[in-house]
Amino acid sequence: MLQNLLLNIDAGTIDWSRAQFALTAIYHWLFVPLTLGLAVIMGIVETKYYQTKDEFWKEAAKFWQKLFGINFAMGVATGIILEFEFGTNWSNYSWFVGDIFGAPLAVEGIVAFFMESTFVAVMYFGWKKVSPGFHLASTWLTGLGATISAWWILVANAWMQYPVGCEFNPDTMRNEMVSFAEVALSPFAISKFCHTVTSSWIIGGIFCVGVCCWYLMKKRHTRLAVESMKIGAGVGLVAALLAGATGHKSGMDVAEVQPMKLAAMEALYDGGTEQGLKLIEGIEVPYGLSIMATNDPKGYVPGINDLLNGYTTPDGKTEPSADEKIARGKKAIEALAAYRKAKADGADEATIAQYLTTINENMKYFGYGYVKDKADLVPPVLVNFWAFRVMVGVGCLFILFFAVILAVTYKFPKALFKKYDITTLPAWHYWVAILLIPLAYIGSECGWLVAEFGRQPWTIQDMLPTWASVSDLQSQSVIITFFLFLVLFTTMLAVEINILLKQIKKGPEL
Amino acid sequence: MTYDFLQHYWCFIVSLLGAILVFLLFVQGANSVARSLGYTEEGRRLVYNSTGRKWEFTFTTLVTFGGAFFASFPLFYSTSFGGAYWLWMIILFTFVLQAVSYEFQNKIGNFLGPKTFQFFLTLNGIVGPLLLGGAVATFFEGSNFIIAKDNLVDAGAITPIISRWANASHGLDALLNPWVLVLGFAVVFLARVLGILYVMNNVADEDIRSRGSVRLVGAAVPFLLLFVAYLVHVLLKDGFAYNDEGVIYMEPYKYLNNFLEMWYLLVLLLIGVVLVLFGIGKTIFSKGYNGGIWPAGIGTVLTVLALLLSCAWNHTAYYPSTADLQSSLTLANSCSSEFTLRTMFYVSLLVPFVLAYIIYAWRAIDKKKITKEELQGDDHAY
Repeated sequence: MLQNLLLNIDAGTIDWSRAQFALTAIYHWLFVPLTLGLAVIMGIVETKYYQTKDEFWKEAAKFWQKLFGINFAMGVATGIILEFEFGTNWSNYSWFVGDIFGAPLAVEGIVAFFMESTFVAVMYFGWKKVSPGFHLASTWLTGLGATISAWWILVANAWMQYPVGCEFNPDTMRNEMVSFAEVALSPFAISKFCHTVTSSWIIGGIFCVGVCCWYLMKKRHTRLAVESMKIGAGVGLVAALLAGATGHKSGMDVAEVQPMKLAAMEALYDGGTEQGLKLIEGIEVPYGLSIMATNDPKGYVPGINDLLNGYTTPDGKTEPSADEKIARGKKAIEALAAYRKAKADGADEATIAQYLTTINENMKYFGYGYVKDKADLVPPVLVNFWAFRVMVGVGCLFILFFAVILAVTYKFPKALFKKYDITTLPAWHYWVAILLIPLAYIGSECGWLVAEFGRQPWTIQDMLPTWASVSDLQSQSVIITFFLFLVLFTTMLAVEINILLKQIKKGPEL
Repeated sequence: MTYDFLQHYWCFIVSLLGAILVFLLFVQGANSVARSLGYTEEGRRLVYNSTGRKWEFTFTTLVTFGGAFFASFPLFYSTSFGGAYWLWMIILFTFVLQAVSYEFQNKIGNFLGPKTFQFFLTLNGIVGPLLLGGAVATFFEGSNFIIAKDNLVDAGAITPIISRWANASHGLDALLNPWVLVLGFAVVFLARVLGILYVMNNVADEDIRSRGSVRLVGAAVPFLLLFVAYLVHVLLKDGFAYNDEGVIYMEPYKYLNNFLEMWYLLVLLLIGVVLVLFGIGKTIFSKGYNGGIWPAGIGTVLTVLALLLSCAWNHTAYYPSTADLQSSLTLANSCSSEFTLRTMFYVSLLVPFVLAYIIYAWRAIDKKKITKEELQGDDHAY
């Protein structure tokens, strides 16, 4: 009877819960990159003040910190929802992997959030209350806290993409951590962190350069604009180059542990060796995909059909078909049910051990046991394909953009740029920089779309699909909260953008 | 360290975070009375700027409390948050509103106007403590949920969910229990008491301090009445106990027995109550004394800590189910694995270091009290 009560869930709850998580994550990700990026810029600016004692740098630091503060509040506000949504909307998930997944969130709170919240107050209100050294340390520690926070949340996210350091315990009916080091220092997490943080610095860089260009166009605060632009473009160029390198490493990680995601990113249905990388449909870079995935022009990359039907790589490695994985997943679930019953009935040890062996042999495909149609295993191809291209395209564009900005600003090489003066360019040059700000955000959000849409239908890769992770809620409840968050976050975003624009228009107290 | 010790240790850490969170609700409490405490536009600004330098501690403690609960007792996280959906969503919603309200309210470009965000601060100041207090009350009163872990092996189900709320209200039904409301409102008035004491200490303004003494009486009297009523109710009610086999049963005077059997919690509770009364009383009766927040704040932490531990230690089911008694959560049946608790134990050793730098930074910022003059010259003032 209890069982009947518990399983009365409508499918709408799953989709609305996914939509709500996506909505809150997308909004949160509008604010976090700028926080991480501006943290570096304002840190460098205040360091200049600490070194030179020039009041100009102090006011410049205050100006960037003010913009940081407006954005930071929204990041904090949207972030709290995400943590609690794991419980409110994904309660089964919270139990099934809470033993592993909860730890990074707790560490994030203890190590990072308190650092951020303590020192951000000193940064805002401490100019006249603490020494310049303490204030400078507080500014950097605010950024460090935000970055450490990113580390732990990306450890948690990376674990969802590549679950390591855990074992299933049939007695507690959940996965349990067996190696904290494997979870916290997973290669997937390291790549993800490096790629995410460096791409966030690009946002900080372009935001800074865009604001500076607006001042140059208006012939206001020229010194602040030129000096800040050097810092913003410098940070941006380094970040864009690093994001490219770390992106390549992330691509190799995906190829290894999430081949279906890579196939969806490339809309690759029938794979093989010597695969080209599609720029757009019909135009491709020869061997590009094989190099991206394996660092080898002759490397084998499976396509969607290969992954569904099973394949053998040139070096003889065989991957079972989706049907076989589903069958083995069901076998694991049935053996688990039998194991539980045998234990409850006091069966002999040999019988229990037999069930345990079956569970362990098939546990790798446990999540597939919940899959009814193998077509559900294919993530949305169109979204992944285009989101990946936009992300990479925008990243490449920014390498060029920041390099040009630095070349013009420093007039290097002289032969090419000596006739240009960054303060007196035609207005449309500045407009290009300003309009690149929203493009950077689009590229950044596309990165998240690739990461999260590509993981579908899994909440934890190969271990638990979304429909086995959700809470027992009526879809109406989730629909109401979805629209409440949509209205709230959209309104607050509009207020924030308006305040930012007015604050930029007002400018620093120079 | 045994598994049993680690379970009790993590219960202590989570309870301590919960107790510190209740103390930090002074931010909400002060915001809920900012209109009358500040009285003028200038006075209200002083109040908001005083709490505005601390709101992130409350917010961070709430998030860390959630994260620590998730890591150490994931079945609670799964059952309570997924089940009492509406209760938690309303709490979170008001905290989201609060998070942006300080930064946005007086900035140029705020097209919603400062009053909108001041309303959000008031809303969070009342609803936040009320529902958090109500959520704490469910540890003693019980909630309507059912757990059946074997559902996970029903691969034929649309969604193999292990826990569900036994009615469609998803947590709001708790508010129909008058004792939940009694503790909820006790926390609302406690937050006000602490908020008034904090502002009186943190703001150097004679008008606010003299108004604070009067408002303090108005908040302290209902708080004490409600708190004493709830404490007596808890001590006299049947509690949710479990035996060595993990079978849960009702035990008369369970919580009273817990305090008598764990005398150190009783001592903690009594010291806490005395400190709260001392902080309130001295502020009301001793003219010129503005340090009441410290004894009252420490007293609050000790009292709440004792109460939370009394509902979890000594073979007590800390999250009882009124729908199915055997679904009730105990430390043993809801905690993380021994490995995870042990790993997190080592992480928790960082807490004293974190507390040390918080205290250092707090003192650095608060050594000069906030004045009207300071706000005029501060370009980041709210």
